[in-house]
Amino acid sequence: MASRSHTRWRFRQPSVIPGFGLALGVTLTWLVLIVLIPISGLFWRSSGLGWSNFIALAFDERTLNALAISFGTATIAAIVNLVFGVVLAWVLVRYRFPGKRVIDAMVDLPFALPTAVAGIALTTLYAPNGWIGSLLDPLGIKIAFTPAGIVVALVFVGLPFVVRTVQPVMEEIDREVEEAAATLGANRFQTITRVLLPGLLPAGLTGFALAFARGVGEYGSVIFIAGNLPYVSEIAPLLIVIRLEEFNYPAATAIAAVMLILSFTMLLVINMIQAWSRRRYGYGS
Amino acid sequence: MSSNGFAGMLKLALVVGSLQLGSIGLAHADTTILNVSYDPTREFYKDFNAAFAEKWKADTGETVTIQTSHGGSGKQARSVIDGLPADVVTLALEADIDAIAAATGKIPADWKTRLENNSSPYTSTIVFLVRKGNPKGIKDWGDLVRDDIQVITPNPKTSGGARWNFLAAWAWARNANNGDDAKAQEYVTELFKHVPILDTGARGSTTTFVQRGLGDVLLAWENEAYLALEELGPGDFEIVTPSVSIKAEPPVALVDGNADSKGTRKVAEAYLHYLYSDVGQKLVAKHYYRPFKPQAAAAEDLARFADVKLITIDDFGGWKEAQPKFFADGGIFDQIYKPGR
Amino acid sequence: MAHDISSASAAAPPSLVDAATSESRLARAVLTAVALGFVALFLLLPLTTVFIEAFRKGAGEFLAALADPETFSAIILTLTVAGIAVPLNLAFGVAAAWAIAKFEFKGKAFLTTLIDLPFSVSPVISGLVFVLLFGANSALGPLLQSYGLQILFAVPGLVLATVFVTFPFVARELIPLMQEQGTSDEEAALSLGATGWQTFWHVTLPNIKWGLLYGVLLCNARAMGEFGAVSVVSGHIRGQTNTMPLQVEILYNEYNFVAAFAVAALLALLALVTLVLKTALELRYSDEIAASRRH
Repeated sequence: MASRSHTRWRFRQPSVIPGFGLALGVTLTWLVLIVLIPISGLFWRSSGLGWSNFIALAFDERTLNALAISFGTATIAAIVNLVFGVVLAWVLVRYRFPGKRVIDAMVDLPFALPTAVAGIALTTLYAPNGWIGSLLDPLGIKIAFTPAGIVVALVFVGLPFVVRTVQPVMEEIDREVEEAAATLGANRFQTITRVLLPGLLPAGLTGFALAFARGVGEYGSVIFIAGNLPYVSEIAPLLIVIRLEEFNYPAATAIAAVMLILSFTMLLVINMIQAWSRRRYGYGS
Repeated sequence: MSSNGFAGMLKLALVVGSLQLGSIGLAHADTTILNVSYDPTREFYKDFNAAFAEKWKADTGETVTIQTSHGGSGKQARSVIDGLPADVVTLALEADIDAIAAATGKIPADWKTRLENNSSPYTSTIVFLVRKGNPKGIKDWGDLVRDDIQVITPNPKTSGGARWNFLAAWAWARNANNGDDAKAQEYVTELFKHVPILDTGARGSTTTFVQRGLGDVLLAWENEAYLALEELGPGDFEIVTPSVSIKAEPPVALVDGNADSKGTRKVAEAYLHYLYSDVGQKLVAKHYYRPFKPQAAAAEDLARFADVKLITIDDFGGWKEAQPKFFADGGIFDQIYKPGR
Repeated sequence: MAHDISSASAAAPPSLVDAATSESRLARAVLTAVALGFVALFLLLPLTTVFIEAFRKGAGEFLAALADPETFSAIILTLTVAGIAVPLNLAFGVAAAWAIAKFEFKGKAFLTTLIDLPFSVSPVISGLVFVLLFGANSALGPLLQSYGLQILFAVPGLVLATVFVTFPFVARELIPLMQEQGTSDEEAALSLGATGWQTFWHVTLPNIKWGLLYGVLLCNARAMGEFGAVSVVSGHIRGQTNTMPLQVEILYNEYNFVAAFAVAALLALLALVTLVLKTALELRYSDEIAASRRH
């Protein structure tokens, strides 16, 4: 790749595979129609504000707080999901145990269950009088109606993203690589940390990024379990809704624009890291 | 290898998809009107719509179908502004209908004077719902700021009912302090320190209080409190009526622009007027709203309403003044919530 | 490019080789326990709650709740919306994956990120953008309305919001898979004289069909379960524009908890059934899947 790019700048590396124009054309058309035009409408609305108004609306103290809560809880939840999601995927790919297929199928549940239902179910469980909440309450641990409750909800909605991006790559791992590592004297721990995990990094990062991005914007499940106190457990999407209830479209679109830019930047950085590490460690191509 | 089989599956999926499309029936009645309302009115309008459809059939021979849409009052107003083709709106706050009038011009600015009683065929007030036997002995607003009390109310930013709660508390404190607004603000600030959860809607708060067992007292519409009592656990809760509360006036209005373009003005107007009829008023009281004409309501329904000194929104200078002052961005409610409170 | 490790061979009896490529018995037990505990805490318990609440008053009440005309029309509407949105995103997903996985071009990471974007957009915003685009105060909305086309608060708006929210699912599922598979199979087919379409139908599609099916199932599950975005564009007209998730909210807000959870359970059930179907297909065709991996 690097050596070829010395020759001259080209948009696309030559390839014998046909259909690039058609595939990219369809992709771009659909992308523009469904995603870019609607989103640019949002930016167009908020650009009507002018810079100073935009800054004032988008970065007042309450907004910054809500953004910090959203991004903070989403980060924690994505880390939890990354760790447990990789373990879960590994267990599902490599081990045999009764009910494995059921568990495997269930991983997608958060996609299917309406977020509001998830929020209600989780609140039922984690509220001080719920099954789990009543166990934790005597210990002085409160989950529901605190920022911890937000993390619980976001772990729920983000879990399948990590498992489902990591799992197929694990299935493709060539055991010969592991055997080779073992032959060369690596113990199992070294094989995992030095050989397997780096190869899983791109997929893991993608899963992390998707879980994170989904978590930042999540609304339906969070409002049930969060408590929604300003400066404590008020998430940014709720603040957007509040601004809308004030018929304050400019402020709502301003916050929305900030969230979009931040999420997009994050996704872009991680996709670039991922593309880089795919070239460095990746399997296949 | 089995690409044909797979292609077949794809085709099947597409066919099934298009069949689903075709199966949406177009079962339209002679006339259809859409009533866009707020959350707590579902049960009432279910009964009322049936009564009105029957009457309209008897009077004109036409079949009328009344579609309803329920949700938070502000959200519903926004949907109408964005083009939801409501023939009539029956919302929680005057300010929400004003917003529709201002943003779309589909409702004339003087809509409030077009029907009796400021266009409010029913009113309500704010009461306390407490747990059985009133274990914390909550009697009036002053008790709510005691150290051992937690108060459940929805967020005034997202719930119309919560704005009435807020103003009722304010009204009591101002009354108790000889009209001192600064003292009233102190009290309300203190009150919200006792609120552990701000749900986005009135029904959410009720669920938090009843199902999750949180809080010692729920601030609620009177009609909502009675409904919760009936639906969720008669005997588990009690209603406490404070010494002073606010007269909550949920207004109704014809959306002229929509009704005229759909040709439904006549039936939509009749629908609103029927709210003021004896039948309408009887149903109003049955569903725990305070009727505009008590004489039309059943005596046992009326007996449920306790006497309470009612402040009105006019004491706050009307919604046009109260809305921006208390609930706009940077308004008093926002000032109450400051970081590091 | 030897992809001979599949779930089938992972399930093979332990051998000497396993010692080098697997963890100790203890590590396995611990990892399995951790994974299962996590699943139980975050997936199994909430799901159980939904079903317990749905059947709290017995199967009769459960069925009666689903037979309610408003709930029934919500079910039909949800199937309709998913039936339109999913095929659209299927076509898009295949095209996008083809372009991104089979070719190297400038700005690929950027394009991939744009495709991911709907994941990161708050459902509240996803609904809002269509309101801004087609609302009564926009340029487009009144224009379309004058031709009798109602977008918001009608089926087209619901479909648009759903397509937006489920936009990346198929593409996201296919891109990593097709990247792993590389282009050598296609190059071989082309060098043997196959046309582009023939190569796609007979070489690529069989290779990706399980991933594709999987992406479609996910996309469908999410399409049926979407709440936030749909809520903004629906208008909540009873029996008309309420999808199943919105109907759940309405029933819940009417203190009709059994009916609310019955509809929620049905949604969960729909998802579980599609996933069981997928598992059954995999079992039925496991030889074929292994063969497609091995080529």
